Amino acid sequence: MSFPLRGHALYPAKGGAEMDIAQELLNGSRLALTRAITAIENEYDEATDIMKKIYPHTGNAFVLGITGPPGAGKSTLTDKLAREYRKQGKTVGIVAIDPTSPFSGGAILGDRIRMNGLTLDEGVFIRSMGTRGSLGGLSHKTADAVKAMDAFGKDIIFVETVGVGQSEVDIVKAADTTMVVLIPGMGDDIQAIKAGILEIGDVFTINKADHEGADRLVTELNMMLDLDGVMKDWRPPIQKVVANQGIGIQEVIAIIDKHHSYIKGNGQLAERRIKRTKDEMLDILNSRIGSYITEKIVDTGIIDDFVRDIKARKTDPYTVAAGIMHDILK
Amino acid sequence: MEKRIRVLVAKPGLDGHDRGAKVVARALRDAGFEVIYTGLRQTPEQIAEAALQEDVNVVAMSILSGAHSHLFPKVVNLLREKGMKDTLVIGGGVIPEDDIPALKEAGIAEVFTPGALTTDIVEFIKKNVK
Ligand SMILES: Nc1nc2c(ncn2[C@@H]2O[C@H](COP(=O)(O)OP(=O)(O)O)[C@@H](O)[C@H]2O)c(=O)[nH]1
Ligand SMILES: [Mg+2]
Repeated sequence: MSFPLRGHALYPAKGGAEMDIAQELLNGSRLALTRAITAIENEYDEATDIMKKIYPHTGNAFVLGITGPPGAGKSTLTDKLAREYRKQGKTVGIVAIDPTSPFSGGAILGDRIRMNGLTLDEGVFIRSMGTRGSLGGLSHKTADAVKAMDAFGKDIIFVETVGVGQSEVDIVKAADTTMVVLIPGMGDDIQAIKAGILEIGDVFTINKADHEGADRLVTELNMMLDLDGVMKDWRPPIQKVVANQGIGIQEVIAIIDKHHSYIKGNGQLAERRIKRTKDEMLDILNSRIGSYITEKIVDTGIIDDFVRDIKARKTDPYTVAAGIMHDILK
Repeated sequence: MEKRIRVLVAKPGLDGHDRGAKVVARALRDAGFEVIYTGLRQTPEQIAEAALQEDVNVVAMSILSGAHSHLFPKVVNLLREKGMKDTLVIGGGVIPEDDIPALKEAGIAEVFTPGALTTDIVEFIKKNVK
């Protein structure tokens, strides 16, 4: 399939020069923001440059992660919470992730359909992303897409995960506050899901409280959190909501605000962000080293010579690896 | 990571079912595209703005109610105003042959009438996407 790179003289600025995506993003251009996210997601050459330029302007947004099983109402709840924040005068970014089909590589990204009412609000920017092979509930580029919205000036950024249950661990790394959405009537699934999400939720909502079993789920969850939370000073609150009717939304906002103040006050927010920066740094470094090795050792065929020698037992993989590392770090 | 063709599938106008749009959405996904599905009764303004936020390569609209002559060109104009110069816009639905030349004149790249196969749409997109 031929699919030419974007961003090379395809979007000329007035003088015919290439658009300075980073600068225009910082100036408030929605077109630049959308192009920046595309460059990031597709790993275009200019993405690193964009990230470098916008980086000093990041770190101001509050990032709220929303996770929970498919169909729990995450998108519906995001829509309602976003409207509430807009009423408070805050600007909102939303990154919504849906699974990429491992067979075709395609995806149907359907979160937006619950948020159509926000599309024409200039204070809101919604971007859907496919997982594209990532397994932790986010896409590999979610964090950088969030940074683009952050630099653009969004006050609060929602990240809606895929919602496959136990593997939803990446959201904790990406978000300041993580909200887990559960619903009654999930049968045995809930046991497996609960085991995986107890540690990651700062806030729990029981959505579809109009359905039977919501109170029982609250009781069960309370018991599990009490067992789990004996030594912790933040006991995750549980709030019942009916997202599609807007019931319980104010209460959820109050809880989120409370958690935000809490982690700000005791230094946890700063700690989480330091940890995030460190992880990011290491990820970038690992990926650079990985590409370097691919380029210098694999693509050149050098590795095949090593493999031949190893196979003939003239040397061993450990010695070869140490030698390569020695050369790289020189 | 490879690039993916992104397509917004939208249903402007007031007619009430989206079975056809959903079939197209699934076919495009199976062809390896990322499909942003926005559902029923979208205004041209909503479609163009969603296309911008999602930075799609293609906007695919279907309509049954006969308002295509007005709605399709409106979307094209709004997209161009927003700076989405290269977005491929295609239309489908119950559209009289006689209306097609004017739609193409207005910037609709191709019009697929009810007999069209989803594979035709996929091929058209692959060949014409910028
Ligand atoms: N009965 C009921 N349905 C809801 C509620 N919240 C959302 N829904 C519906 O549940 C379905 C899935 O919602 P969605 O937000 O797409 O879930 P997600 O997959 O977690 O993002 C939609 O049809 C919503 O209209 C609720 O509180 N009660
Ligand atoms: Mg959703």
